[in-house]
Amino acid sequence: MSELQLRADLAIISQWIAPGSRVLDLGCGDGTLLKYLQEHRDVSGYGLEIDPANVVACIRNKVDVIQTDLDAGLSDFDPDSFDYVVMSQTLQAVSYPHRLICEMLRIGRQGIVTFPNFGYWRVRLQLGLKGRMPVSNALPHAWYDTPNIRLCTLRDFEALCREQNIRILERHVLDHAHHERAFSRWLPNLLGEVAMYRFERGD
Amino acid sequence: MSTTFPADSVGLVVPKLHRFDEPLPLDSGRELPHYELAYETYGKLNQDRSNAILICHALSGDHHAAGYYSPDDRKPGWWESCIGPGKPIDTNRFFVVSLNNIGGCSGSTGPASINPRNGKRYGPHFPIVTVADWVRSQARLADVLGIDCWAAVIGGSLGAMQALQWAIDYPDRLRHALLIATAPKLSAQNIAFNEVARQAIVSDPDFHDGYYMDHGVVPRRGLALARMLGHITYLSDDAMRAKFGREPRGASGKLSYSFEVDFQVESYLRYQGQSFVERFDANTYLLMTKALDYFDPAAKHDHDLSAALAHVTAKFLVASFTSDWRFAPSRSREIVRALLDGDKSVAYAEIDAPHGHDAFLLPIPAYFDVMHAYLEQVAEEVGA
Repeated sequence: MSELQLRADLAIISQWIAPGSRVLDLGCGDGTLLKYLQEHRDVSGYGLEIDPANVVACIRNKVDVIQTDLDAGLSDFDPDSFDYVVMSQTLQAVSYPHRLICEMLRIGRQGIVTFPNFGYWRVRLQLGLKGRMPVSNALPHAWYDTPNIRLCTLRDFEALCREQNIRILERHVLDHAHHERAFSRWLPNLLGEVAMYRFERGD
Repeated sequence: MSTTFPADSVGLVVPKLHRFDEPLPLDSGRELPHYELAYETYGKLNQDRSNAILICHALSGDHHAAGYYSPDDRKPGWWESCIGPGKPIDTNRFFVVSLNNIGGCSGSTGPASINPRNGKRYGPHFPIVTVADWVRSQARLADVLGIDCWAAVIGGSLGAMQALQWAIDYPDRLRHALLIATAPKLSAQNIAFNEVARQAIVSDPDFHDGYYMDHGVVPRRGLALARMLGHITYLSDDAMRAKFGREPRGASGKLSYSFEVDFQVESYLRYQGQSFVERFDANTYLLMTKALDYFDPAAKHDHDLSAALAHVTAKFLVASFTSDWRFAPSRSREIVRALLDGDKSVAYAEIDAPHGHDAFLLPIPAYFDVMHAYLEQVAEEVGA
C-alpha cells in the first residue's frame, strides 16, 4: 500500500512518526496503520482492539494485536515503553478520555490523537439551525446508536491539554474531503472536520 | 482411504510407537531408563521440513487427535474439528504430529508399563513427570522425525503449558507457540480441585496404594468422582444451565424423594465419570494433575515470568474464553503481559463464548476464525 492509498489522517500520522520507533495503536481497527508503519517505517509495536472481526483482520495483516477494552485501562503496559501512543478516531468513544490521554503519556513519550471536531461548521449548522443531532461523514451514527459518547471541539481538547499540563507539538485539521487546506488554518475549529494532535507531557 | 469418512477428515490413521533407549533425565532427579512414545502424524512433511506442527494434549487427551482407526469407527480423534484438510490446522499445508505424553495410559510408557529394573508394573512407582520432562521427550521425538524446528507448537490448557515450555526451553526449535485457555501456573483454587480429585482416587478402597492392577481391580468410584469434579470445572454456570437446567431425568418428572438421580445434570456427570473409567488409568490421572500443579516456569526466575520468557524468540498467539473460570482470561493475560514486557511478538484474542473451559475443544466460529487466520500466516511464512 502506498501513502496515497492510506486514509488521509493515517497518512499524516505516519509522517509524524520517526522511522524505527515503537508504536502502540489504541483502537487499531484492522491494523492498517501499523501494517503500513511496519512495512514502510520500520516501526514495531502493538495494536489494541476490542472488535473480534478486527482482531482477525489484524492477524491477517501480521499486526500484533491484543484484544482488550480500552475502558479497562492500559495497566498491562510499563511506563515509557513506547515512542508514540496513537489513538485514531477513538477518543470520542471511550468512557474516560482524560484518563486515557494521561495513560497514553505514561506509557509513551508522545501521544497522537485524531477525532471528529464537534465545532465543525456543518455540525454546528445541524444542531444550531436544524435543531438535530449532527450526522456527517465523520459522525455517521444516529444519536441513539452512536459509539461516540464523548464528543468535543478543538477548543475543548486544547483546554483539557492546558488543564492536564500537556504540551501540544503539532496540530492538523482536515476538511470535509479529508484534505488539509490552507484556509482551515485560520479558523480550524470552524472549518476542520477532523482534528489531529501530537503532544507530550509538559514540564 | 475409505470413502466413508468426511471429506474434511484426515480419514484412517494408524498410531505409531517409537522406543527410546537413551535414558530420559527427569526434573525429580530420577530417570526413565528407556521409554516408548505413541504418536500419530497427519499430512506430509515438506522437503525442507519446515511445515511441522506439534499438538500437545491436555489432562485426559492422547495422541489420537484426528481421524479414525477403522471404517466403522464412530468416534474420531479429540481435536477432529480443528485438524484436517481445510480446517484451522490444515493438513493440506502442515505436517501434524500428536503424541501421548509419558505417564499416559494410551500407548506411551506410563504407570501400567513394565519397569525394566524389576520386571514389574511401575504402578505408583512411576516417577512424577513435569511439563518440562514432557517437552524434553517431545524434542527427542522431533529428532527422530527429522524436525529441527516446528512451524508451531499448539496446545490447550495443560497442552498450552507444554507449548509455553517449548518456547522457553528450545527457543530456536519453534517459530510459533499457540496457547489456548491456559495459565502460567495454577492458582490455589486450581490446585485445590486437583487435590480433591486425587483424594477421591487414593481413598477408593480399590486403589490399593496404586497397586490396583496387581489386585485385578480398578478404583472406579474414585476415578469417576475425580472426573465428575473435573467436568464441573470445565463447564460454566451458564453452560450447565443451558445444557441441563433443572430438567428432571425421568419421563414422569416427579421427584424420587430418595438419593437416586433426579436431575439430568446428575445423570450426565455419572455417565461422564463411568465412561472415563473405561478409558483412563487412575495412576495416570494422579500424574497428570501433579504435572499441572508443579508447572511454574517463573519459579526459577524469582517468580518473574518476564524473566522466564526473556530468551523466547517464538511468536505467540494466546487465546482465552470469557466464560472459562478454570483458566480465566486474566490468567492468559498474565502471559500476554510478560510477553509485552519483553517486546515479544504476541497476538491475544479473548473469545466471547459461554461454554467455559471446554470451549477450547469446541468448533466456535470466532475461535476458529482466529486460529485459521493465524495459522495461514504461519503457513505462508514457512512456505507450506
